[in-house]
Formats: sequence, C-alpha cells, structure tokens
Amino acid sequence: MAKARGAIVVDIERCKGCQVCMVNCPTDTIGMAVEVNGKGYHYAYMENPESCTGCTNCAVVCPDGVITVYRVKQN
Amino acid sequence: MKEITREENLVYRRTPLMTDATLSYCPGCGHGTIHRLIMEVVEEMGIQSETIGVAPVGCAVLAYDFMDVDFSQAAHGRAPAVATGIKRLWPDKFVFTYQGDGDLAAIGTAETIHACNRGENITIFFVNNGIYGMTGGQMAPTTLEGMKSSTSPYGRNNETMGPPYKITELIAQLSGTYYVTRQAVHKPGPVRKAKKAIRKALEIQKEKKGISFIEFVSNCNSGWKMTPNDSNIWMEEHMFPFYPMGDIKVDGKLVKG
Amino acid sequence: MKELALMKGNEAIAEAAIRIGVDAYFGYPITPQSEVLEYLTLQRPEERTGMVILQAESEVAAINMVYGAAGTGKRAMTSSSSPGISLMQEGISYIAGAELPCLIVNVVRGGPGLGTIQPSQADYFQSTKGGGHGDYRLIVLAPASVQEMADYVELGFDLAFKYRNPVLILTDGLIGQMMEKVELPPQKARIEEFDQSWVITGKTPDRERNIITSLNLDPDLQYEHNLKLQEKYRSMNEDVMFERIGCDDAEFLLVAYGSSARICQKVVDIARGRGKKLGLLRPQTLFPFPTDEIARLSRQVKGIMSVELSAGQMVEDVKLAVNGKVPVYHYGMLGGKIHSPEDVLSAVEDKFIGGL
Repeated sequence: MAKARGAIVVDIERCKGCQVCMVNCPTDTIGMAVEVNGKGYHYAYMENPESCTGCTNCAVVCPDGVITVYRVKQN
Repeated sequence: MKEITREENLVYRRTPLMTDATLSYCPGCGHGTIHRLIMEVVEEMGIQSETIGVAPVGCAVLAYDFMDVDFSQAAHGRAPAVATGIKRLWPDKFVFTYQGDGDLAAIGTAETIHACNRGENITIFFVNNGIYGMTGGQMAPTTLEGMKSSTSPYGRNNETMGPPYKITELIAQLSGTYYVTRQAVHKPGPVRKAKKAIRKALEIQKEKKGISFIEFVSNCNSGWKMTPNDSNIWMEEHMFPFYPMGDIKVDGKLVKG
Repeated sequence: MKELALMKGNEAIAEAAIRIGVDAYFGYPITPQSEVLEYLTLQRPEERTGMVILQAESEVAAINMVYGAAGTGKRAMTSSSSPGISLMQEGISYIAGAELPCLIVNVVRGGPGLGTIQPSQADYFQSTKGGGHGDYRLIVLAPASVQEMADYVELGFDLAFKYRNPVLILTDGLIGQMMEKVELPPQKARIEEFDQSWVITGKTPDRERNIITSLNLDPDLQYEHNLKLQEKYRSMNEDVMFERIGCDDAEFLLVAYGSSARICQKVVDIARGRGKKLGLLRPQTLFPFPTDEIARLSRQVKGIMSVELSAGQMVEDVKLAVNGKVPVYHYGMLGGKIHSPEDVLSAVEDKFIGGL
C-alpha cells in the first residue's frame, strides 16, 4: 500500500504558539519549540518529522495560517 | 525533508487572499481560521473581484486588514443594513457580513432579523463565542447560564439577566432565510465541514435564493480565561449542548429546531 | 420646454430625485415627511430609472443602508423628520468619518422628544454643528420654496460628491407639506460611468482593496484624518449661498432661512411700504454659513435680528459673524407654532425703535 510521507513548514515569526495544531496532529509529529520567536511565543515545529503524513490537519486548524504542508506518496 | 518540501509536493498553503498582516486575534482564536476559510472559498470560486465584505465592531473590527477583498466597516450591529445597501446597488456582487454575538444578537438584532426576513441575497457569518471579546469579556446575549464574565462575575443569572438565546434557530423561522447552519472550527473535521458550508452559502448567493446564515460557535480563550486547547474542550462540553452543531435550514426548509 | 407641476415640497424632492437619476432611496415613515417615501413607491422609479427604493425597519437601518450604498460610489439618499434624524446621527457620523457622499433630508418638526408634527427650525444646532459624535460637519442646504426643494436635490448630490461629504437638506413641515408651482428638472438616466477608484466594487488584480471605514486606531492617523476633514470643511466656504433681499440700502437687517425667511420677506415688504429700510439676508447654505456677508452687512446696518422657529440657534452664528459691531437680537417661535409677519414686525419695531 502506498504510504504518504509529509512535512510541514512553520512560519515561525507568525506562529503564536497556541498549540491547537499540536493536539490535532494524529501522528504526534508536532511539538512546541523550547526557543521563542520574536514575539516570545514557543512556536510549533516538527518534533518527529519522520512520522508526518502530510495530512494537513494541523494547517487547517491553525488560526494564523502559519503552516504549509507538503506530501509525497511512497511505495 | 528537503526532498519533500518542494513545490510539486505542496498540499496546503495559506491562501494568498489572506493579507500579510499579522492577525490581531489572541493565540488560538477561531476568528483567524474562519477568515481563512472564507478567503479559501472566495479563492476557489474565483470571485475575489466580485466580493465585498462588511466588517463589524468587536474583535473582527479590523477584518478588512486581513481579508484581501473590498470591505466596508459598519457601526456596531448595523452590518446587515450596510450589506443591504451594498447588495441592492450591486446585486450581482457577493456581499457578506462578518459579525460577533454582541454585534449580531444584541445591538444589531433588528437589522439581523429584518435583513433575514427580507431575504437579502447576502451571506451572514456569525461568530458566537458567548462573550464580548474586544471590550474585555463582558456578558453577551449568548453567554451561557452560570457562565462568568466581567459583567456577570458571579455567573449569568437567567432570572435577573435573562437567559442566553439562539438567534440562529430564531432567524431560521423566517421565510427569507434559505440556508441556516451552525458550525465550528476547532478541529480538522469541523473545519472541513465549515468550509463546505461557506461554499454552499456563497453558491446560494450566486443563485440569488435568499439569505444564507452560518453561525460558528467559537472559543474566546482570553475571555474565558483558559488556554486555547482547554477552551476548545470547554466549548465542546458546554457550548455545543446549548448550541448544537449542524444544519438548521436547508434549501429553504427547516431540517431541525 | 418647461415642465411645471403643482406639488408638495416632499413630493418635489421625491420627483426630483427620480428625474436627476438618484440610484437609491432608503427611508422610514415619519410625519411630516412620509410623502417622500409614499411618492417614490407610487411612482415605480424602479421602472422609470432603475432606482432602488426600500422601506427600512428603522431610521437606524435606513441611514446604514445609505452608508452601504454610498460606499458603492452611487447616489443614495434618505429622508426623515426630527426624531428620526436623531436616530440617524450614529450613521451620519460614520458617513462623515468615512467621507461618503449622500443626501439626507430633514423635514423638521417641533421638539424636543416626540414634540409635535408641526413645523419648526429647532434642529439647526444638530444640523450645522455635527449632530452626532466627533468633529464633523454636514453641508446644510435650506430651501425656502417647493422649487428649491426640487432644485436642491441635484445641488445636494453635486456638493456631496464634490467634497465626498454628506449633505443635509434642512427644511420643515411647512415647506414639506405646502403645495406650490414647481419647474421640474428634465428626466436624466442614472449615471453608469463614475469614479470607482475609491469605491467597493470587488478588488481587481490591478489595485489594492478599497476599504470604507471611519476607524483609525493609530491616533496619529486619526489626527491627520481630522486635520484633513477640517481643511475640507473650511474649503466649503466657496460654495456658500445666500439671497439678499432689500439689503443694498438696509439700515436694519433680518437674517432668516427656510419658512421663516418667507415670513420675513413679507415683513420687509410691509416695512418698506412704510418707508423703513429693512433688509433680509436669507442663508441658502447654513453650513457653510454666510459669515463674511453678515460681517460686511454689520458695517452697514444699525442692528440685526435673527428670526427663527426656535429658541435662538442660528442667532449664535449671526453673533459670531457680527462680532459685537452692532446689536444682534433674536425673535423666535417655539414648539411648532409659526410667527406671523405682524409678530415679527412688532418685534423689529420694538428693538429698533427710533430707527424704523
């Protein structure tokens, strides 16, 4: 069966660290960075990049639209 | 990862119909998601050059800074009247209002009900977070019984303050409303459903069938004094039982309520 | 060929609006101006010109429909009477702040409160000093005949678009209800081609989005906006309008507008018949106010009387113009009652004793 591999790119400076993406990630890919961005928010990042399937759940629930999602199908 | 994040693998990006301005909303607030969904639908329908928004007073007062379509600001509660004026003169354009619960269900009740009753061919996006967010968390017409706010500090007392009311069910009774639904944007599933509802509403406007009205039950983590995720859980547990999800009126016929 | 008609002032406004090609009217019934909306609905202007007519659920909604419609760059208007105009003040302030052109008609009745349905000029302050919140002004036109009621509709829209500012026709129940001969303007089509650079039409790729708003959260921007508005209001002086009746050799002067000016014209006739050199200055614009003309006349006359159907409102502007050079008096009638020429004449003789 074809398995999707994905990746997200977070616009770090626009992220407000709300964590809504994190709890909605079905594969526990997303974590919150220890570091903060220019506004002092702990921004979202791929803590477990290998588990991302590119499902876009994080991006569609992100209130600030800071997540871009890529996906490739692998055999 | 580099081999994945290539243009040809792109499956989701923020719509270019959202401007580059940083959203003025609190972290985790549903407003940003709702803005984005509306703009995604406008983009997908290819109607940016025919779309006019009407911004409310409240947290979304600066909605026009974020959505890249022509906009008119309205006085508190008057958006449906302003939209009526625009739509009557541009009957072929897409006109929507974007209003909060204080704006739409308190100070603007008359304008809401009469625009709905006339069946103006506009779309009303109603964001219900049960509180006046912008002014600092005062009690709204939709604040739940017992819910604390800065003007119901001991909890809403239905006896003395009146109970919350469901204006969405109320306007669904009016013959001018064609599509009335209640949605949410706190999880991926509801977001996708909400987007379909927005698409349906704007398609109805295109066909000039009457008013389409979408309530979004949303969070106000600052006003409710919770973390964003806690507020979403609280919303499911407390708001959804009183403001149940789903369609209320479809194709001009009541399906619920 | 001239087209003459006998009609009420309110009807003349409505017919003129259709004939000059106004795009939309939003209104709500209130005595003594309901004929405007009644006449418009009876005339089917949607068939004559495509004009939009809508009876709103309130004056609050009506003025906000005008606000929305004005943002499209088209010509939108409303009408009401005093209590209804009070309800519209919120919307008028927003329209002024957002710099939208539109026409508002106030067929004034006596107040305060529900007051009376009889004519009055007690809304002068509200009309000329802003009316709602914030530092703003309306252009205020004061017709004194049914003919001017008709003529000022097009003039009002011309000025509204020249300055991108709301224009108010300040009339009263007397002129609104009375019938006179009126020469109607020829029927024109609605304007299809107009400046759309600033209006809400839908954003096209060749331009930034257009936003109609009165909001500037940044105080520096709001300060600049206010300075710009004030400069605009000052520049309106070039459109000041007034009528001089017997002013050339006048030794005493009446200042009156609208229905009161009609009465004062009779007063001047009677006084002149008795050999008394009485003149009348009739402001046709109350904002801009004929300050300079009154100042000039104050160097010529021995005294001035402002005659109004109010407790004395315009008299304050007359005093500002005269700036203490000669005595300024007020004669007024309150609460919907109308003074007779004899009433005014005796007041004039009383004040100007020895002069007249």
